Amino acid sequence: MSADLTKTPTETPDESSEETATGTSRGAIPITAAQLPRLAPLLVAVVGAAVAAFFWLILDWPPVGSLIVGGIVYLLALPAWSLAVEGRRRATDRMMTGLVWTSAVIAMVPLVSLIYTVISKGAGVVNSEFLTYSLFATQLDQPPGIYHAIMGTLIITLGAAIISIPIGVLAAIYLVEYGKRNRLARMVTFLVDVMTGIPSIVAGLFAFALFTLLFGAGFQGGIGGSVALSLLMIPIVVRATEEMLRLVPDDLREAAYALGTPKWRTITKVVLPTTIGGIITGVTLSIARVIGETAPLLLIAGLAAKTNTNPFDGAMTTLPVQIYSFNSRQETIDLAWGAALVLIVIVLALNLVARLIGKFYAPKTGN
Amino acid sequence: MSTTTKDKPQAQEPVPRAITSVGDRVFAGLTLGASLLILAALASVFIFLFAKGLPGFNRAAEVYGPRADSFLGYVAPLLGGTVIAAIIALIIAVPLAWGIALVISHYAPKFIAVPVAYLVDLLAAVPSVVFGLWGVIVLAPKMVPAFDFLNSYFAWIPIFDGDVSNSGRTIITAGVVLAIMILPIITAITREVFSRTPRLNQEAALALGATRWEMMRLTVFPYGRSGMVSAAMLGLGRALGETMAVAMVLSLGGWSGNLLGPGNSSIAANIASKYKERSEDLLSVLIASGLVLFLLTFLVNFAARWIVGRAERKMAGA
Repeated sequence: MSADLTKTPTETPDESSEETATGTSRGAIPITAAQLPRLAPLLVAVVGAAVAAFFWLILDWPPVGSLIVGGIVYLLALPAWSLAVEGRRRATDRMMTGLVWTSAVIAMVPLVSLIYTVISKGAGVVNSEFLTYSLFATQLDQPPGIYHAIMGTLIITLGAAIISIPIGVLAAIYLVEYGKRNRLARMVTFLVDVMTGIPSIVAGLFAFALFTLLFGAGFQGGIGGSVALSLLMIPIVVRATEEMLRLVPDDLREAAYALGTPKWRTITKVVLPTTIGGIITGVTLSIARVIGETAPLLLIAGLAAKTNTNPFDGAMTTLPVQIYSFNSRQETIDLAWGAALVLIVIVLALNLVARLIGKFYAPKTGN
Repeated sequence: MSTTTKDKPQAQEPVPRAITSVGDRVFAGLTLGASLLILAALASVFIFLFAKGLPGFNRAAEVYGPRADSFLGYVAPLLGGTVIAAIIALIIAVPLAWGIALVISHYAPKFIAVPVAYLVDLLAAVPSVVFGLWGVIVLAPKMVPAFDFLNSYFAWIPIFDGDVSNSGRTIITAGVVLAIMILPIITAITREVFSRTPRLNQEAALALGATRWEMMRLTVFPYGRSGMVSAAMLGLGRALGETMAVAMVLSLGGWSGNLLGPGNSSIAANIASKYKERSEDLLSVLIASGLVLFLLTFLVNFAARWIVGRAERKMAGA
């Protein structure tokens, strides 16, 4: 009887019986189950690729359509094979693995397409004249340029940074060092989180309502754009700074207190220098985030062809608004791509700088 | 001798306190002021929008344009377009984001997970106006065959019945662009909660013989459920308020009941396209519609943050 039971595993196909023979036998339940060969996903992928190639080359489908067909073949064939050999649970596992990876690949498609399009269509437009002339023609054959929009973007974003950074950093210091989770601090934290979700157009409408109430109906100016952007930027600065300040170990603060240092000097001379790299990273990322905003500036900063460097007087164009304006007319769409390339390069450069700063000045957390 | 022993305790107490308190009080006041300023800013957004928008709720009938004669009639179709576009975006983005989050947190080895996470963050850095440009010029023409297909085989569903836009600039295209734009925020939050699943729970599930997917279902998803929900809601908040992508992809006009046709614009896009007509009447109507949008997104974000906060408190208590 017992000899019969120990033999049951040998009925399962070849490779599993070998393993049970080497391992200790423990009665009727087989320790191993049939498995697909390790290279099974690769094999099925080859089949899928072959199907895609068949559709593309023989049936003349568009390449994207054939790729989708090949992908579906892969996603169905592997679980089907697994279902036949390994059973339902492993088949489900294989199918979900396939789907999860597919979602990651799908998400990369628009990013690659977008960056490819911007570079291929924009590279031909961008040259030194495009960057140094404004749209305001002073000569008959002046080439179109976006100098005015670049200047406007820099000035308005600088204004927003001047408003947001002190408020954001000080509020974060209050939350971490003074508030200590009292009622006000909890409320500010919560509302700052909610503020990160304010639609940018609402920030624009707010600045519009504020400045037209104060300065009359027709007001347009860069400062309005700065105020609108800072409404979007402050929550990001607060969150980033708060997270960094919480990383500073309490040992440092206590050491400073033990030497008799007052609290405010401990914060400015010990806590802030320790974490300054992280704060600069957060601030740079927040600038990168608002520099591409369009909707609020469309409402309050306006559109002008001439270079304007005074944020308190007259319309001031920014790059995103200029892109929107280029896009609205058929003959300037090429210029829109050029401006988009410049804008993306600025944003990516800011991101890169932020990450480098974050890497080099990472706060040392305790021991 | 006796005088010095008497003096000492008196001198020790007040002197250091007197030096510190001035600087401390000023600095503490500054930080408190900054916090209060943030609250005041949020409150003043409400107040100013209300002050400028209030007349917009009740204007003469002709201000509300050719299609409507009251504020409700004006804003309801736009609200419909806003919500439908956001829902389309969510339907596309949420499963994708969960998949990517799983790849980053569990499926991929580190040398793949780190670049993938970086690329998704890069998606968040692309300005919305560039997404709009891409949506109009690259994506919209490619969507036309799909729309023709839907119209010829699924016209029995009312939303696919009617004229098909031959430029591809429809609410579905806008929804796809919105989906790409909200993908990073949903992915980032979901990824965070997935990776915080206790290691022991996962290993216990695997040790009991669960396959990897069963381990996800048994440990990762239950643990991160509130995070997954609130991530989707934050994405919804973004999609509702996004302006430029929708304004550039869609032509003017509110919800028409046909997903494949032109129009179906949103509140935000409507403001961006009409603000130029600087008539006082229309402006107040636009600001009033902006107030409606603000309240809607505020409620969605409020609910999402509340769910996150509740989950965090629960975990801290456990």
